Formats: sequence, C-alpha cells, structure tokens
Amino acid sequence: MERFFRSDFFYHFCHAPVAIVSFITIILIILSAIFANLIAPTNPFDPSSLNLMNGFTPPLETNEFTGESFLLGTDDQGRDLFSTILYGLRISLFVGLMAVFLAMVMGVLLGLIAGFLGGWIDSIIMRFADIQMTFPSILVAMLIYGVARGILPPEVRYEMSIVVLIISIGLSEWVPFARTVRGSTLVEKEKEYVTAAKMIGLNRQQIMVRHILPNVLSPVLVIATITFALAIIAEATLSFLGVGVPTTKPSLGTLIRIGQDFLFSGEWWILLFPAITLLALALSINLFGDWLRDTLNPKLK
Amino acid sequence: MIKHLLISAAIVTASFATASAETVRWARAGDSITMDPHAQNEGPTHTLSHQIYDTLLQRDMAGAIIPSLATEWAALKDNPSVWRFKLRQGVSFHDGSKFNSEDVVFSLNRAMADGSEMKELLSSVKEVRAVDSHTVDIETNGANPLLINNLTNMFMMDKTWSENNKVTTPHDVAKGETNFATMNTNGTGAFILVSRAVDEKTVLKANPNYWGKNLYPNQVTEIVYTPIQSSATRVAALLSGEVDIIQDVPVQDLGRVSSSSALQLATAAQNRVIFFGLDTVNGPTAELKVRQAMNIAINRDSIKKVVMRGQSDPTGVIMPPFVNGWTEALNKYPKYDLEKAKSLMKEAGHENGFDLVLNCPNDRYINDESICQAAVGMMAKIGINVTLDAKPKAQHFPIAKGGDADFYMLGWGVPTFDSHYIFNYLVHTQTSDRGSWNPTGYSNANVDSMIESLESETNLKKRDDTIAKIWAEVQKAQMYLPIHNQVLNWGMRKDIDFDVQPEDTPHFQFLKFN
Repeated sequence: MERFFRSDFFYHFCHAPVAIVSFITIILIILSAIFANLIAPTNPFDPSSLNLMNGFTPPLETNEFTGESFLLGTDDQGRDLFSTILYGLRISLFVGLMAVFLAMVMGVLLGLIAGFLGGWIDSIIMRFADIQMTFPSILVAMLIYGVARGILPPEVRYEMSIVVLIISIGLSEWVPFARTVRGSTLVEKEKEYVTAAKMIGLNRQQIMVRHILPNVLSPVLVIATITFALAIIAEATLSFLGVGVPTTKPSLGTLIRIGQDFLFSGEWWILLFPAITLLALALSINLFGDWLRDTLNPKLK
Repeated sequence: MIKHLLISAAIVTASFATASAETVRWARAGDSITMDPHAQNEGPTHTLSHQIYDTLLQRDMAGAIIPSLATEWAALKDNPSVWRFKLRQGVSFHDGSKFNSEDVVFSLNRAMADGSEMKELLSSVKEVRAVDSHTVDIETNGANPLLINNLTNMFMMDKTWSENNKVTTPHDVAKGETNFATMNTNGTGAFILVSRAVDEKTVLKANPNYWGKNLYPNQVTEIVYTPIQSSATRVAALLSGEVDIIQDVPVQDLGRVSSSSALQLATAAQNRVIFFGLDTVNGPTAELKVRQAMNIAINRDSIKKVVMRGQSDPTGVIMPPFVNGWTEALNKYPKYDLEKAKSLMKEAGHENGFDLVLNCPNDRYINDESICQAAVGMMAKIGINVTLDAKPKAQHFPIAKGGDADFYMLGWGVPTFDSHYIFNYLVHTQTSDRGSWNPTGYSNANVDSMIESLESETNLKKRDDTIAKIWAEVQKAQMYLPIHNQVLNWGMRKDIDFDVQPEDTPHFQFLKFN
C-alpha cells in the first residue's frame, strides 16, 4: 500500500484536479448505489409501497392529497425520485459493469488468439470484427435484444431483461478490446522473452496466458473505463427507446423516457434529476478514463 | 322557382370548387393494423379504412343513421325479417369499375367468412341477395329491427377486384397471415391510397370521382397520416406545426395545446370503455372471490385524478353511456376497499398472493401503459405480484384475443350504440362466429341463448329487459374489471373546422378550412 502512495501514479493523481473530482464523483455514485437500501427513504421497486396519489409531487413541496413531501419530487406513479434514481443507478451500474466484463473477456481472448496464432484464424476474427464495426453498436444491441425478447416467454423475460441487456451490450462492444490486444500481441510475440519461452518448450496456451497477456493488459484498462461509460449510456439508450428494463423497475434511461413525456406540461424534475445523474456518471468516468490513458501511456508524456 | 334553385345550387357548387386545395397532416399514437377492411374490428384500423372504403350507412355527428352507399332502406312490410336497401347510382370504385348489388352481396359474405372480425355484427344474417343491379335484400333469422345499426363499419369492396387479387376472404391477423388487401385498396371512398409504409407514413389523395363530391365539403386534397407513439413527440409535432391534427393530445399537455394561439382543442366524451379482462377458467383468477377482490382493489378515483388528470369517467360496467342498456346503477363503480379485498383474497385461500402477468398495449388507449403500471401497484397491495408486459397493439391484440393472457387490458367502443354488440363480442361463449373477443373462458348457456334472442326480439321493452338480465349476469361473473370511459381530446390547427366524433373516427371529407 505504501508503495502505491509513493508511486508516480499516485503523484500524478494528486496533481490532477480533474482526476480527483471525477474519481470522487464516481466513488460517491457507486457507494450510494450499493447502499441504496440504507440511504433511500422508500423502496420504489416494491409496488405495494407506492401510493398513486403521490404522483407528480414537485421537489420539496407537500402533496395536497397525502401530505407527504419528497426531496426530488415524485414521478407519474408516485415513486420518490431520489429513491428511484438510487435504485435505478444499481441497474445502470450493474449492467454497465457486467457488459464491460463480458466485452473485455471476449475481446481480450479473441484479440490474443488472433494476434498470436495469425493466419486464417486471425483473418476470420478480425474480418468479423470489421464487419461488426460497420454497424452502430446500439443497433447490434437492439437486434440481439429483439431476438431474445421474441424467444423468451414473458414470465422469464422480465428477469432476463437485465441479462439480455448485459449480453447485447457486451457483444456489441468487444471489438475495440480485440483490436488493441491483437495489436499489442503482434508486437510482444516478436520479443526475446517469448522466444525464450518457446525455447524452453512451453506450449502455446502457456505462452499466451502466462507471458503475453500480462504485458498487453495496460491499454485494456483504459478501454475498459471508456467502454464502461459507453455501456451505461447504451443501457440508458436502450431503456429510453423502450427495449430495456421494464417501467416497473426503471433504470436511469427508463426514468428519462418517462420524464420526457412530462416536459411540455412543466413537470421538469422527472426528467432533469435522472438526466443529471446519468450525465455526472458518464462524464466522470470519461474524464477519469482520459486521465488514466494519458498517465499510463508513456508516449504521451 | 326552379331557376332560383339552380342558381343557388350553382353558387354552392362554385364555392366548393374554389375552396383551397390543402394537405392535412394527421397523427395519432398507433397505426392501422391492416388495410383489409374486414380483418380487424379495431378503431384506428376502421378510421383509416373509412377514408378509403364506404359503408352502406353512416352516422352523422349526432349519432343518427344517414345514407352513404345505400340511399333508402326499410324492412319489407309483409316480411319484417327482410331488409331492402336501394343503392346509390353512378358510384364507382377507385379503379373505375362500377359499384352494384353484386359487390354488396360479396362484401357482406366476405365479412361473415372465416378470418373476419366483423362476423359478430352479422350473426343474425341468414342470407344476402341481389334483387336487381341496385337493390339488395338482407334476410335475418327472425326479424332484427336493429340490423342497420350494425352496418356503419361494414365496408364495401369490389367483387371483381377481390377475385382477381385472390382476396375473397379476409386474412387472419392473429395467425400472422397477410394478403393482397393488407397493403392495397380499392374502395369507393373520398380518398385513394397513394403509398403506405406500416407504422411510418400513409399518404392518401382525394378521389376525383368521389360520389359525395357535391354533397360534402371535400376541401382536403391530400392526407398524410403518421403514427407517433411517443406522446411527447406527438404533441411537439403539433406545437411546431409539423402536423395539423392529432387525435390523442396527451392529458398532461391539454393546457399547453389550448393556450397556443395557433391551435385549438376539441373535447368530447368518447364512446369507449377501458377495462381489464381476467381468465375465468385457469389459474387463481378462476376463483370469483379473487376477481371480486381485484375489482375493489382498483382505485378508480386515483387513476382518474393522477394518471388521467381528470380526463376520464370512471365506471363500474364495460359499457359507455351512449349505449342502449346503460343505467346509472350499472355505471356506479365499487368503492375502493383494501381491507375487504384482502379478506376476499383470504377467503379464496390466496392470502399469500400469487404471480400474474398483465398484458397491456402501449400505443392504443389514452395512457394505457400508465394505467397498467398503476394497476401493478394496486394489485401488489393485496398480495398479487403482477408482471407488466406492455407491447404495441399489433402484438398485444393477438395475445389478448388468443386466450393465452390471464390478465389483459382492452378498450371497447360500441358503434351500434346497443348492448348486444358488447355481449356478442365480449360475453357470448367463444365459438366460430361469436364471442371472438371473449378469451376469458366465461361461458353460460343461458346467457348465450339470451344474447341470441336479442337479434330477433321485436318487442323493444322485452328486449331491454333481457339486456338488463344479461348485464346482471355479467356483473355477477366479474370476468371484466371496468376502469373508465375515455374522454376525447383532438388538437388541431385553429383554422380547421372539424367536429369531434364520439367514435373517434374523423371523416376527412367533412373537414373545412376557415
């Protein structure tokens, strides 16, 4: 630990206010999502606790029928927005994290195999990646989501919608990982230590996993950060388009979609607060990711 | 005198002729499901068909039956079970072929064929005969004095065109079938289909040979119809002038639209009731006590207040007030009573609740998905864990109708203004020609025979008594949970002069520009 505090990395971090602010924002948001059940005054995902008459209560004002008041107001179903945002963040973060993990595992594996083995395997994997690059990732996600929705029966579809979101976003974001890892692998596999490993008779799997993989991972970390923000936005977009999580368990994107309907009628808070939360989260992750890239990439120094 | 009439006629004709030619851009939440006029008995589908196809009879704004393709009609004096219709002379279809009694016989038989959703309206019909080229007889099983009420959505197709294009029977939408008539039309109506992209845009142009050219204003030369599902986008399109008329101004935006200097808001009670249907055969809802509990667990007042913002008329019966058979007593809705609902659930042995899927449309009725979402919360309070499955109506209706749904939302408008229409579609046992929209499994032989007897009951007092008896049975069985009657809100450009019609079916030949 002490080694970490004395490292260059920590030194740079302490002298980059953008990194500090964005890092603190991310940590705050993640913590409040994790401890949502302790922080949030109500549980908006429990439909039996909702009172429809609380609907459309403005922030900090008292509802004329129930006499209750809410920090950030309520939405059209009488859900406390503050609690709903915290619980919605859980979904957004979970989907984002798992999708990045899936994309990373797929991308790194395929990139490593393509770069190390070369030949026709490389051609197949990378041409496939090229083809997928030509489609916007949100379109790929919608396609996977639509097929899955059509196949699954409605009872399980509900629970599966989050899994389907993770898979559809994950499958649409693996290409940048694969391309980067393949590039680094092509460089690494010509180096002496790989030749040495070959000389002592290690098989290909061992060389790939034990020797090359650790050396190609640092750019992966940067891509993962950026992709995390992309995945959160992709989830919000899918939910905004109405193909994501159901309205009874809204994520940030679903809340923004609901809020959009009430912009003209002056109930601005339903859209504004979830949108600000999403903006703060995505922006912080991006800024932190940028800083990470600059710091970890010696060529940019 | 004759000279005087001629001059005024000439002035009238001239004023129509000089009226400005204009395009009307029209939007609503959902698209027509098919252009085949007999394949779906559904509001937005009929609305688009009404621009292209004509019916024998139509309703004026006050709801009275007036001539359309038939100019005269009456039951035969010596045989009251035969209705004779005189057809309008000189009417031609969009492709130029002449309209005659052969087409009427063909169309009515087509509407009674397999795959048709219009069957229930013609269930009393025994035979349709052409007497001569412009006279048609409809013979019913026993005298049916109310038959003409059932013909206002019965569209007339061309026999030759249908035969040439192999569309002599309607396609079954629920089975996913399509035919030539799904995307192509040949009617006698005021507008001709120019192009159609489903769920995107449909363009119609005025029919230069329309038979009603000198009867109606006919100021619209082109209609561009765009379904816009998102309520915010729809109202934004109206506010920005991108569309000229929308049929469903979102309830939250009524103030915004009426305060706009360029727009006007037209409001009227709608002939349409919104309700939930329940499976009465399988699962926990087969228990009457559970259905009763669900009925009083719905807080209709708060749905009206919050979800509908006052723009609805809560009801305790699945019948709009326009309909013969409607009474104040039936319309009275049960008081919201959570404690009693819970004890009913307990009596039914479901005090720990159960799981249920609620199938709901999201582009058909006013705030349909929000109402369903509110119902999820209300059901949760009595222990029923409801999963909401909201879909566009094109996917929702086959599920709701097919009998796979345990709990589903439906809306029902009554074009005949008579309870029989509701009974024949929603209450009668599901058979090949009746009860097509009764997937609840409710089946009562006594009620069925009462419903059938309505078709040939000439004593109106006795008929009304039977109607009251059937309603008593329906209310007792509680296979439907009524919510409210809708209120119509059309938003349109200020210079448009167009009456709101309780069936929510604009006929654009009547539209005038000020």
